[in-house]
Amino acid sequence: MDNFDVIVVGGGLAGLSAAYCLAKEGIGVLVVERGDYSGAKNITGGRLYLNPIRSLLPDIIEKAPLERFVTKERILMMSDKSSVAIELSSQKFGQKPYHSYTVLRAKFDQWLADQVNAAGGMIVTKNRVDDLIMDGTKVRGIIAGEDKIPANVVLAADGVMSLVAEKAGLKQRQKPQDYAVAVKEVIELSPQIIEQRFNLAPGEGAAQMYAGAITKGMFGGGFLYTNLSSISLGLVVRIKDLMEYKPQIEAPQLFEDFKQRPEIKGLIEGGETIEYSAHVIPEAGMEGIPKLYGDGILLAGDAAGLTLNTGITVRGMEFAIASGVLAARAISSATKKKDFSSQSLAEYETLLKNSFVLKDMETFKKAPHFLDNPRLMGQYPQFLCDTMEQMMFIGDEPKKRLVGTAMGEVRKIKFTQLLKDGYNAFRSM
Amino acid sequence: MELNIKAKLAKDTIKADSEKHIKVNPEKCKVCKERVCLYVCPAHVYTLNKEGNVELELDGCLECGTCRIACVELEWHYPRGGYGVQYKCG
Repeated sequence: MDNFDVIVVGGGLAGLSAAYCLAKEGIGVLVVERGDYSGAKNITGGRLYLNPIRSLLPDIIEKAPLERFVTKERILMMSDKSSVAIELSSQKFGQKPYHSYTVLRAKFDQWLADQVNAAGGMIVTKNRVDDLIMDGTKVRGIIAGEDKIPANVVLAADGVMSLVAEKAGLKQRQKPQDYAVAVKEVIELSPQIIEQRFNLAPGEGAAQMYAGAITKGMFGGGFLYTNLSSISLGLVVRIKDLMEYKPQIEAPQLFEDFKQRPEIKGLIEGGETIEYSAHVIPEAGMEGIPKLYGDGILLAGDAAGLTLNTGITVRGMEFAIASGVLAARAISSATKKKDFSSQSLAEYETLLKNSFVLKDMETFKKAPHFLDNPRLMGQYPQFLCDTMEQMMFIGDEPKKRLVGTAMGEVRKIKFTQLLKDGYNAFRSM
Repeated sequence: MELNIKAKLAKDTIKADSEKHIKVNPEKCKVCKERVCLYVCPAHVYTLNKEGNVELELDGCLECGTCRIACVELEWHYPRGGYGVQYKCG
């Protein structure tokens, strides 16, 4: 194979965004993707927030194949047999430019791959990168099967498991504490049924998060997103919690039980499951970010641990796109200097620190610790549901005052603990 | 609700790779007490055979990596290029 200035490992959002920017600058770039096509191995919940990335991919992003713009946001706290919902119906979210869209990755990533090709970048699919060409600690290229391909810079955009980052010595094998597994089904339904069931105008979408009894107190929760003609329904649970939970339970079982909940059942009724998928998600936030660069190598997207769960918003895709674009900028400036050393590529980290990517991750750096609290995933949703149920219920006995009802439930919770958790919520959010 | 992972996996396009991309460490695996692989894998790749040893059904692997994170003893790689799961929605 030819020599390339840059080799991008992984044709997902980070890799393709970088390749697109590099190709537009006339820098020779090769993307190596192991799937049959870009997006073949990629999964999102999912929803993409567009505002942070509009200026980063200005000419193309408005033409991307997106599903529905989200106008209805719903958070449900669940106990075993009841749930309390908070819903935001926003007219602002229904105005252009729309701030977030539901997305399906197979479609989106193939479109982005087409943009890379059109800009002059080269993509080879069905090729797995097996190893790196190393010169001491310096990365000099990739090894894929029989092929050894040298390059000035390798961009590891090979996803959450990033074996490339491990081989480069930038990252260690993942710990179950820092990662969650998500299982998801895509359930086909007509656009009319989706719009009726979720009370949406044509083109509008809904996003829903579920927390509480469905994960049995384990870190995680459920999610639902409406696509044009399908629903993405899934459940996330931290791997460590799953390993330790007694009696043993599987994520697919939690997911099946979630699907049987009356809150969900009616929404997916009559729909046909057309895909079952599973994916790992980084949950460690800022503390989980490895060293982002070395001699001749950069990490971007999930490979760099760039995801942020604040409990209310879960983000990753726009971080992947932004880190890809910023990696391309750092590589472009290293190319001008003809210096691909670690010191030269360090500019990448500066660019990330000055962008929303590391700024948002810094702002919410306490969120993973705050969310790492079994009371949030169990006791508090239970309390909320029980209190509401008591308040709304009329029995044959004379009814107590509201304060008495709430206090009866509050007594089941340690008050000092509640204060502490409230304080932590305030500090981390 | 009964779990029927096989029926779920039948919805996906998975191109079987003749080369095994995940291998257990037979010595360690035999004496492992936890065997978390049996219940953390969302695709039921890991099962116990009659002899009580862990067996892998890699043709149903979704390549998520959960097992690699849960068990440090696995020799783990992705399937070769062009093999494995090819998602159509994602």
